[in-house]
Amino acid sequence: MPSIRIPTPLRKLTNNEEVVTVSGVTVGAVLDELNKTYPGLGERILDEQGSIRRFVNVFLNDEDVRFLQEKETPVKETDEISIVPAIAGG
Amino acid sequence: MSKKTWFNNLKCRECGRLYEKQAIHICEFDFGPLEAAYDYDAIRNVLTREVIESRPKTMWRYRELLPIDGEPTVGTQVGFTPLVKVDRLAKALGIRELWIKNDSVNYPTLSFKDRVVSVALSRARELGFEVVACASTGNLANSVAANAASAGLKSYVLIPSDLEQGKVLGSLVYGTNVIGIRGPYDQVNRLCSEIAGKYGWGFVNVNLRPYYAEGSKTMGFEIAEQYGWKLPRHTVVPMASGSLLTKIHKAYKEFIDLGIVGKSPFSIHGAQAAGCSPISTAFKRGTDMVKPVQNPDTIAKSLAIGTPADGYYAIHSMKETGGGAEDCTDGEVVEGIKLLAEYAGIFAETAGGVTVACARKLIETGRIPKDDSAVLCITGHGLKTQEAVAGKVGEPRVIGASLREFEALVADETAVKS
Repeated sequence: MPSIRIPTPLRKLTNNEEVVTVSGVTVGAVLDELNKTYPGLGERILDEQGSIRRFVNVFLNDEDVRFLQEKETPVKETDEISIVPAIAGG
Repeated sequence: MSKKTWFNNLKCRECGRLYEKQAIHICEFDFGPLEAAYDYDAIRNVLTREVIESRPKTMWRYRELLPIDGEPTVGTQVGFTPLVKVDRLAKALGIRELWIKNDSVNYPTLSFKDRVVSVALSRARELGFEVVACASTGNLANSVAANAASAGLKSYVLIPSDLEQGKVLGSLVYGTNVIGIRGPYDQVNRLCSEIAGKYGWGFVNVNLRPYYAEGSKTMGFEIAEQYGWKLPRHTVVPMASGSLLTKIHKAYKEFIDLGIVGKSPFSIHGAQAAGCSPISTAFKRGTDMVKPVQNPDTIAKSLAIGTPADGYYAIHSMKETGGGAEDCTDGEVVEGIKLLAEYAGIFAETAGGVTVACARKLIETGRIPKDDSAVLCITGHGLKTQEAVAGKVGEPRVIGASLREFEALVADETAVKS
């Protein structure tokens, strides 16, 4: 299953797990599954319309999914998805 | 100054949730940025023009509007850089009146970043950090390295590995740990977000960002004070993350709200390099959806941030104030550096060239009316980015120590000119 790196502010919802694994064949499917396994996590990452929030960056391996197919981006079993807060730097 | 603090909480800029003033920078609910929340009613009672004028000429004369608990302990000499009226440059750019806020001579590392680092490291000490760090395009690294050295804090600075030599040396010399990352700034930034979560370090522009970012307001406060306790009609600000622009906007609004300056219309304009212009591009398209730039490509490396953290807010600041956004090519950046040097006697780094070049466009297109007055924010020194102008500003003519040779050279020159 693909692994997902959880940022510090959300680890309260994953029992402090830094990396979790859930199934899914697209980024969107993985995020849905993540929300089922860890209730409340989905709404932190997705807004009311189901889009990735303005201040969240989601990376598939090392690529920002906005440069790929966003939530439709295909995910392989060995992939790593990172959820990284966008507000940093500069 | 009393020991009281006027800064109570951190507050999510999106949803308004309050947080304790710890080393945290984003809201747990919507990832919105946390900002310092002040007791403005209390500040109104203590902070007046007279009080400010009675204090030393540093950025800390606006102490009540900066987010630390006690007295500053790092960077106490930073700020109050010159605001210079530049009549020859005004004429060259075709505007009635022009001023330069010259942070290229900020203390101690010749860029506006000394402002933000002074606040961030003072706060880092209050929070008990012994190691401080940053993700940087160069200027911030220089400032963290220098200020950490003088404060006796251990520091790590993470930078793209292809920065200008002056910026790399300007960090190494202070004995900091310089880590070059293969890849653009945005990847450095992402790595730092992950490191900040894992190590107990104070990352000035990650987990200390709410404190750090407020330091930029002092550039706006100083402009308002030095301009004669009023706001300039137009201010042009270079944009990397967009943070400086939003904080100058905030500074102007705070001074109006506190009655320190009168209410008058002001516009804030943003400048970017065409090789990395996610904010100006979105602004020109009339949207606040900032599309990241994957591979920034510009000589203005200090502005090369493809995923600008405050791009969204910068666009709203420009819109709200009736400002504009422009971008310029690398050739125009060099032209801008030369204009500023030849007509104002100020040698700025590439970001300064961007600001001048974009200001010229804003004036030419009428976005800044020719009969108006503008302040350009120059944020870093030209000695740090010498590669950008090397070979483009001529070469010295070499002669022997002989009066005959000198006279021949001058005669040649006179012949050419006549």
